[in-house]
Amino acid sequence: MDKTQNNKAWFLVLPVLVVVAFSAIIPLMTVVNYSVNDTFGDNQFFWAGLEWFEEMVTSDRLHGALGRQILFSSIILAIEVPLGIYIALNMPKKGFWASVCLVLMALPLLIPFNVVGTIWQIFGRVDIGLLGHYLAELGVDYNYTNDPIDAWVTVIVMDVWHWTSLVALLCYAGLQSIPEAYYQAAKVDQASRWSVFRYIELPKMAGVLLIAVLLRFMDSFMIYTEPFVVTGGGPGNATTFLSIDLVKMAVGQFDLGPAAAFSIMYFLVILLVSWVFYTVMTNLDKEEGR
Amino acid sequence: MAQITLKNLAHSYLANPRTESDFALKEMDHVWQDGGAYALLGSSGCGKTTLLNIISGLLRPSQGRVLFGDRDVTDAETAARNIAQVFQFPVVYDTMTVRDNLAFPLRNRGMDAAYIKARVGQIAAMIGMESILDRKARGLTADAKQKISLGRGMVREDVNAILFDEPLTVIDPHMKWELRTQLKQLHREFGHTMIYVTHDQTEALTFADKVVVMYDGRVVQMGTPEDLFETPAHTFVGYFIGSPGMNLLPAEIHGNTAHLQGAAVPLGAAYGPITGRTQIGIRPEYAVLTAGNGLPITIKRVEDVGRHRIIRGDVAGSTVNVIAPEGMAVGADLTHVQFTPDRINVYADDWRVAPLGGAA
Repeated sequence: MDKTQNNKAWFLVLPVLVVVAFSAIIPLMTVVNYSVNDTFGDNQFFWAGLEWFEEMVTSDRLHGALGRQILFSSIILAIEVPLGIYIALNMPKKGFWASVCLVLMALPLLIPFNVVGTIWQIFGRVDIGLLGHYLAELGVDYNYTNDPIDAWVTVIVMDVWHWTSLVALLCYAGLQSIPEAYYQAAKVDQASRWSVFRYIELPKMAGVLLIAVLLRFMDSFMIYTEPFVVTGGGPGNATTFLSIDLVKMAVGQFDLGPAAAFSIMYFLVILLVSWVFYTVMTNLDKEEGR
Repeated sequence: MAQITLKNLAHSYLANPRTESDFALKEMDHVWQDGGAYALLGSSGCGKTTLLNIISGLLRPSQGRVLFGDRDVTDAETAARNIAQVFQFPVVYDTMTVRDNLAFPLRNRGMDAAYIKARVGQIAAMIGMESILDRKARGLTADAKQKISLGRGMVREDVNAILFDEPLTVIDPHMKWELRTQLKQLHREFGHTMIYVTHDQTEALTFADKVVVMYDGRVVQMGTPEDLFETPAHTFVGYFIGSPGMNLLPAEIHGNTAHLQGAAVPLGAAYGPITGRTQIGIRPEYAVLTAGNGLPITIKRVEDVGRHRIIRGDVAGSTVNVIAPEGMAVGADLTHVQFTPDRINVYADDWRVAPLGGAA
């Protein structure tokens, strides 16, 4: 039987194409265009080839920002993941207090990024901030505006405060799906608390934990608003992460060519790391199943 | 190993139980002999699992004591009771190999490696999993996983008792029979006290030396399969054991005769005066269709189940089932049903009444 061919059906795909083109393809191509041209505004472009890419790859400034970025992501993952698991394990399983905990945990997640930044910016100020003032009263020499270590601590504590809930809530959901019989069997088998965690809770949480780590990695690697509001990337360049540096370059200095090359590499790095990460974790999962 | 004694035991899931109906387990006193194979039989929600969890220590009873031998273990943790328990749904440690799963309870108790190796080998042979000992437990089928759970339950030799909570629910019928036979064999070999919870009467009757029937939070009868069949202590036992269950007919008892709807039915023994709602119970196996003797019956349906036929009928408004041998012709001339007198049991308010003179 012949199938009816009606090429007009292609028109049905058109709306999607248009939306995707305007929301993703065209903006991305514009960036690509900027990255291989030199421009002085006025829509005049001069072909630059891979010059901007070469400049960026060898730039000390970008290396510095990338280094700080990797350090930042590593630190917050190293704190938030274990802390989130610990909180999830210790949250009440049901009843009134479980609901109270869930609401409290969800609160930081609902606060807009720049508000979080503002809260901590004020909270940490030595003159009027609750934290900064009392630390000074206690004799701690704390000032995030001129001490790089203090600035880092502030930014990291802020991120932990903002996002640990996400890890905790995901893990909590994973824990809730474990049938009671597993814990009962563990009691009968005389398993230690550590064994229960290692052989029952952790395997059941592995799936959601993977998602939590992936989300926290991507988000922290792209972090912009909160450190920008608190420290503005300072003191000096101490808390200038990739996004902040990128914005400085593109908007502050109007170096559109290098900024575009930077953007593309930044995007590819995130894509690559996330992909490697995901593949490794899912493969581990499969091998265990064999 | 030890004898398990339940003293004035009762349990409620409510904090402040007031009436008897608040209790999931009504007050009971029972002794489970050391080395016995018991089946705990009852319909869903009758308290079987609650009772099991109290024995294993996963649940603390609201009142009463649990004794292992002479030792009071009411407040002892599950781990301290040295009990093995197998649950309804397979519980395996997914990330461990089959071998590690089986070895887990032994390792947690610090047994030496050579012993563990030998013992795991033995159990693996028993459950037929020697060839996949080094596979991860994740990804195995549900019945393979349940076999691992069973194996883990049986791996310790020194346990006080092994408790099974409907362990064969997820296993396919053929395998069920095989595993049950193995459990039985294991029981003979090692003589552990075994308590086997089920709602399947065939499973209970084939597994156990003694069957404990529970109904509505109470143990209504504890006896051999024969006791349960011949002299059910409660109408629930009569109804629950047997296929189809016991026929129950409202009747008035005078001496050794039961009167129902004007007709007289001779009984095997004489009874004293009875108060309450009285019924007589007769197994379908002990009822015979006749052409004129006994009670008039209206036949509704005949079911051929292969070995025999089940005749579903109606006697004076009550349903009566009769089992007829395969070759017997069920013709229109068979209008009456007759009961074997000494197989008739008498019940008052659902509980069996013993006849005078002490005959069983």
